[in-house]
Amino acid sequence: MSNYAYVLWIPLLPLLTFVVLGIFGRKYFKTSAGIIGTASLLAAAVLSFNTAYHYFLVDGKVNGVFQKIIALQYTWLSFSPGVSVDMGIVIDPISVMMLVVVTSVSLMVHLFSLGYMKGEERFATYYAFLSLFTFSMLGLILSVNIFQVYIFWELVGASSFLLIGYYFSKPSAVAAAKKAFIVTRFADLGFLMGILILGFYGGTLDIGLLIQKLTSTTSPEFINMTSASFLGASMLTWGLTLVFMGGAGKSAMFPLHIWLPDAMEGPTPVSALIHAATMVVAGVYLVARLFPIFSMDPTSLTIVTYVGAFSAFLAAVIACTQTDIKRVLAYSTMSQIGYMMFALGISKQGGEEGLGYMASMFHLFTHAFFKSLLFLGAGAVIHMVHSNEMKDMGGLRKLMPITHLSFLIACLAIAGIPPFAGFFSKEEILMAAFHSNKIIYGVALFTAAMTSFYMFRLYFSIFWSKEAAHHDHHHGEGTWSMKLPLVILSICAVGVGMIPFSSFVTSDGVALETHTDLMFSLAPVSLTIIAISLAAYLYKTQNQKPDQFATAWGGIYKAAYKKFYIDEVYLFITKKIIFPLIGQPIAWVDKNIVDGFVQSSATVTAKISSSIKGLQSGKIQSYTLYFFGGIIALSLLFIYIWK
Amino acid sequence: MSQGPLIPILLVSTGLFFIGMYGLFTRRNMITLLMAIELMLNSVNINFVAFNKYLFPEKLNGLFFSLFIITIAAAEAAVAIAIIINLYRSHQSIDVDDATEMKY
Amino acid sequence: MDISTIILYAIAACILGAGILAVTSTKIFRAAIYLLFSLVSIAALYFWMQVEFIAAIQIVVYVGGIVVLIIFSIFLTQQSGKEMAKPSVGKILASLGAALFGFLFTANIITHYSWGENPGRIFTVTVDQIGREMLSTTEHGYILPFEVISMLLLAAMIGCIVIALKRTEKTLDI
Repeated sequence: MSNYAYVLWIPLLPLLTFVVLGIFGRKYFKTSAGIIGTASLLAAAVLSFNTAYHYFLVDGKVNGVFQKIIALQYTWLSFSPGVSVDMGIVIDPISVMMLVVVTSVSLMVHLFSLGYMKGEERFATYYAFLSLFTFSMLGLILSVNIFQVYIFWELVGASSFLLIGYYFSKPSAVAAAKKAFIVTRFADLGFLMGILILGFYGGTLDIGLLIQKLTSTTSPEFINMTSASFLGASMLTWGLTLVFMGGAGKSAMFPLHIWLPDAMEGPTPVSALIHAATMVVAGVYLVARLFPIFSMDPTSLTIVTYVGAFSAFLAAVIACTQTDIKRVLAYSTMSQIGYMMFALGISKQGGEEGLGYMASMFHLFTHAFFKSLLFLGAGAVIHMVHSNEMKDMGGLRKLMPITHLSFLIACLAIAGIPPFAGFFSKEEILMAAFHSNKIIYGVALFTAAMTSFYMFRLYFSIFWSKEAAHHDHHHGEGTWSMKLPLVILSICAVGVGMIPFSSFVTSDGVALETHTDLMFSLAPVSLTIIAISLAAYLYKTQNQKPDQFATAWGGIYKAAYKKFYIDEVYLFITKKIIFPLIGQPIAWVDKNIVDGFVQSSATVTAKISSSIKGLQSGKIQSYTLYFFGGIIALSLLFIYIWK
Repeated sequence: MSQGPLIPILLVSTGLFFIGMYGLFTRRNMITLLMAIELMLNSVNINFVAFNKYLFPEKLNGLFFSLFIITIAAAEAAVAIAIIINLYRSHQSIDVDDATEMKY
Repeated sequence: MDISTIILYAIAACILGAGILAVTSTKIFRAAIYLLFSLVSIAALYFWMQVEFIAAIQIVVYVGGIVVLIIFSIFLTQQSGKEMAKPSVGKILASLGAALFGFLFTANIITHYSWGENPGRIFTVTVDQIGREMLSTTEHGYILPFEVISMLLLAAMIGCIVIALKRTEKTLDI
């Protein structure tokens, strides 16, 4: 078995880049920051590919089962002999897969930003933040201990805050960054509680040991956890659901999804990296990591399934009405992640029944490529048109041929047209849904149709609808650094579907035999084609039919356009209930009582001291009186009281 | 007085000591303050001599003590007068309440 | 009640009376003279106690030296005929209280203690004895304190001169 200790360099390189660019970037690396960032990430990507090659193709397997290898482990903070926060690196199928995904998408984004962010004043800071984010995400993936996951989880949240609020002079960007951070932080409260519950009952914070202890029905920890209950649900359910709450916040599941559309205020390459391929899948990754434990508790899996399915459906409905292209893509991301979540929810551990797990991970893999491609393409379009709204675009297919072609490939992929990547992963998900829960299958099928509809609505509105207005064309389609990632990602969007994913990543490490069932695929593919034609009919040329459609749907259309007023509900709760009833009293207590106590201790001390200092009046006779008084007191004490 | 004159002499010296102390607390003029201090020193002298004579007649320690105290009191009075003269030069007054620079 | 006891009481009355007048008089020169009377009465007490040498030293040093010094300083620093400021009532009461309390406290302790006087032993002291013991180096000799006191007097003398020196341009750096 080869030594995987070099995997430590994969997160370490971006960290070093962050430190160097963060400290020295503004002064010394003003223009070369991009090159440095991209170069270090290229090295990290090469190392990840090397790891993947070694693990998947050379020696990861022992007796046909992929092993979980702990490459490094270091006990950092020990709470008690069994429970400690270790820092370590784990190599197993999903972590290696995620390594490849994160480093390659991040590399593409770094490359794209060379052209997109050129001329920005805080160019070096941007690359520093990107490297920080990549480091945090890689650390999260490779964590061996659930508390280590939490540490990197928070780091990811902080870097995302920095990146969303990159244009800090725009109040909307600042508000969006705050919103993202606060919502995910609130979800992390649940995550922390879940960690504490799991750690307490499981007796350890190490993921491998936790899985070992809690997946056998005879282990004392499992019996303890399932017998202790709170408000009717066993502690196992509580722990897992709270952990899922954390995951739901990061992955923008309903009702914690409100931050994702607003997060589009950040630069578009940032959206491609964070809100398409990496950070938002952290929740899915977390559930997948702890999946053996989840599979022991059907209640929490049901919650995962229904939350995922509902989020997928809701997001698809809202996306059909949005006009800002980045918002459409944001809701599309939410929908696809809902797919991944419910695929995990309906899966069971091991063998044929673990199909959902494999499908979810496969979809994560393919989604990363085509979603980042969509975002980068949108970035190129925005760069050209200087606006995010669909009404300002149209007819761009002649002006931006490469962008057009790559966007089309990505849309075909997400719609699930064979032989593009999305087809294979969606098929697996639908098959897993069909075999376990017909209702979920129905919802998934309908959502897939809606996905194709709104994606092609987007495509036609950007590249066909009307003739291009005469914008300033002097900067054309973008530099080679913006076109090259689009090309590479298009190739991936076409090719990765062909990878025999099930022989590498499955719920228990044993390769799974999957095949494409043509009869089964007929239903989704035909629905997709109908949806695409509908979108073409409505949007290929500019006409009144979409508006007639909108008025026909009336109230529902309006509600969907306003994102079902969920943001307004949140604002109401925070502004009218939490702030005046909870926030203000607590602030009052903090300012007057706590602060007042500390300050009063200072004022009391000052008053006492100023009253004592009056004793030192400089008058000799007072001093002699006090002196005499002291002598009398002492003599009384020693003669009469203490003999 | 079956006990001899020791106790009356001690009472005299105690009275003189506390008279001197009253003067120390009350007097505002520095020179009169010095006078009160001299009274206190003298009371101590009486004490030493009385103890020596009535309790330890074979030795002369108390006598020598009072001899040395007289000497030192003289030196101390001289130094005190010098300081008072110096203070008078800078403050134009020898009132004790006018020399309160060493306060908070 | 023999005559020596009566004389003792008379001397005691003089000491205390002159002392009280010295600390309460408002005219400064009178206070100095009352102090003088008090010191002379103390010397009389020493004479009564038959320690003539100490009495002589008392008169020579205290009365002839210190009181004269005090009178000099009175003349140097203010008009001696002027009335002095009286202290405030509060101060008088507090000091009176403290002094009375102290006196009663100490008197109580003194009178209730058995001193173990032995009137049979005779106390004789001659100047010869004092002189010998002052300068002897044996166990009860006081040669060392004698030398130390001489150095102390030297230091006091120099110190007084320096402190009381009038500061002119030439002497300011002292």
